Amino acid sequence: MTPREAIRAAPGEACRPEPRRVLAPDIWAALPQDPALRLLALWADTVQAHALLLDTTDGAVLPVSVAVQDGAYPALSVDWGGISAPQAAQPVSAAPAPPAAPALQHAPTASAWPGAAWFERMVHDLWGHTAVGAHDLRPWLDHGRWPHTMPLASRPGPPVVSPEPPEFLADDTEGLMQLPLGPVRDAIGEPAHLRLTLRGDSVLRAEARLGYAHKGTLLLLRGKSPRAAARFIARLSADATVAHALAFAHAAEIATESPAPPRAVALRALMAELERIAGHLDALSVLADCLEAAAFGGACCLHRELLRRAAEVAFGHRLMMDWVVPGGIAADIAPGGVEAVRRALQRLRDALPELQALADALAVRLRGIGSVSPELAALYALGGVAGRAAGRRFDARALYPPYAALGFSTLAGSGGDAAGRLRQQLGEIADSLHLTTALLDDLPDGAMNVPLQPVSGEGVGCAESPRGDIWHWLRLDHGQIAAAFLRDPGWALWPVAEAVLLDSRVEEADLVRISFGLPSSGVDL
Amino acid sequence: MTLRHRLRALGRASLAEPVGAVDPHTVASLASRLDAAAQARLGRSLAIRHVNAGSCNGCELELRALLGPLYALERFGLRFVESPRHADVLLVTGPVTRNMREAVEQAWDATPDPKWVVAVGDCAVDGGVFKGSYAVLDGAGAVLPVDLTISGCPPSPARLLAGLRALLEANAPVRRRG
Repeated sequence: MTPREAIRAAPGEACRPEPRRVLAPDIWAALPQDPALRLLALWADTVQAHALLLDTTDGAVLPVSVAVQDGAYPALSVDWGGISAPQAAQPVSAAPAPPAAPALQHAPTASAWPGAAWFERMVHDLWGHTAVGAHDLRPWLDHGRWPHTMPLASRPGPPVVSPEPPEFLADDTEGLMQLPLGPVRDAIGEPAHLRLTLRGDSVLRAEARLGYAHKGTLLLLRGKSPRAAARFIARLSADATVAHALAFAHAAEIATESPAPPRAVALRALMAELERIAGHLDALSVLADCLEAAAFGGACCLHRELLRRAAEVAFGHRLMMDWVVPGGIAADIAPGGVEAVRRALQRLRDALPELQALADALAVRLRGIGSVSPELAALYALGGVAGRAAGRRFDARALYPPYAALGFSTLAGSGGDAAGRLRQQLGEIADSLHLTTALLDDLPDGAMNVPLQPVSGEGVGCAESPRGDIWHWLRLDHGQIAAAFLRDPGWALWPVAEAVLLDSRVEEADLVRISFGLPSSGVDL
Repeated sequence: MTLRHRLRALGRASLAEPVGAVDPHTVASLASRLDAAAQARLGRSLAIRHVNAGSCNGCELELRALLGPLYALERFGLRFVESPRHADVLLVTGPVTRNMREAVEQAWDATPDPKWVVAVGDCAVDGGVFKGSYAVLDGAGAVLPVDLTISGCPPSPARLLAGLRALLEANAPVRRRG
């Protein structure tokens, strides 16, 4: 029986749209051996570890769980090979070993998910569960500065004050240089620490350290109604505020069986597309700055600003924060909003050939930089612009309305390098312009939102943000949030960027980093 | 990249939009702070080091908008710099997460006197929606002496510009303030 068959044979707990299957530890540990499965997210609650899997044979999204016993569950970041995971787990769960720093960079094997490593570290910091056999058990979000450890555990631990700065992988080889970047870095950017190990001017290892923007969002959600919690979701990562709110709304609506009315669905899609175009323009303007491409950067800035102003006219907020709510949208588009949005989009449409020509000139300079192979993209389930440019044809918009009705099809890219990502971004801007026109031409009438039923249940929702697919899981207890997890696309983007930085030249490191658009706040939770 | 380059590249007349007068009350209150501290005035140009203390990136999006051709921040003598050592102003965004406290303090220590601290966005003002979370310190004021707050979630570029221009005005030589 393959892991896929074993999942479908396992007992299910109520969760929509797919039941959440509770697996035996050996089946859980064998999941990475199935080449058709991809890991989208890994998280926990107080008694179980959960994973969200994508079955690439039929596109099904499968939530699975394993019991946490004595504070331990089998890791997914390692290749268990012939060893049976539960047996291997025994001695370690009895006496948890001190976190050991692995000496080497990830050496991904065919039957392990290296992308699970950061999740496993996060689960340990927030819930206190140890991924037995994990590749890497160093702290992740917890920098030793919180008033207590394991904030989401049923009994949070006493504070552990760590006087040391974040621990990076050790390297004693002579002739190597360490280049620390961060956490305060670019002129206007997000906090993150990237440490490059250099030999001469080539990068031997890139190690990212995040968690600086950790705000305790998951705990803030607990005990609130989805409506009340939406304010925190909207502020998880502002450049995807609409997309995160949308994924959260999808999860809450499917858990309570309260679908949003058609007008809300259409206006949410309009907001998401405006956010996507503005987000791509923002990313392109930052890239242009790095390349000192003034004409291109200036034009991207101008159109991004015009779109934000149109959004303010239409929705009362330049980033459209707090407008998407579980059950629908907060209010209707303002009078004159449709016209304002149309005008801004038309100006961009008129400017697109010029932008395209400028981008083509830049693409020459980006060729071969930061190249992602299709295998790497598949290994980390890399989504968004970066994944599609690398040939992974996945776009979450295919999974929810109204896109199928608009004739949406995933735009496949090519190249996988920074030039490919640039082309993909421009292609998607043009694509989104078509979608917005179709939406504005045919806005349905009707209610803005429906009240959510105060029921108990679980749901999984997704949305495609400018950076890639977002996945939210929600457990409701009589209408209040009992547990949740929010998976930002940064969980895949960062480790892929780390891998790609290897063997690149140090002068290119900034360009590689910027061409991925690495986010912090969404991953830091 | 300077604004000049960007505008020249656009190949047309400046797109920068005209702005109104600076709010006199804010200027007066900033100037009195300055006098009380007996600080040297920094003059009509300010170098700003942005410190992201755990923001959701919303304030950053709007700060970046200031650099675009419509707001053209640099025409006022305001510019963002990469190192706190070159800065007159520390501009703090985010609720100041516990994990960022040390980096914020280091940025402050590295900034030469005289210096200003501006808290931008509701989070930096008092923690915003994250107030009370175990992971945050409820705003820049918990760590640094804040001179000016610009509220909003996030504040619009126009609002950011008004606040920063007030700071510039307060720093102007006394005779020019009238």
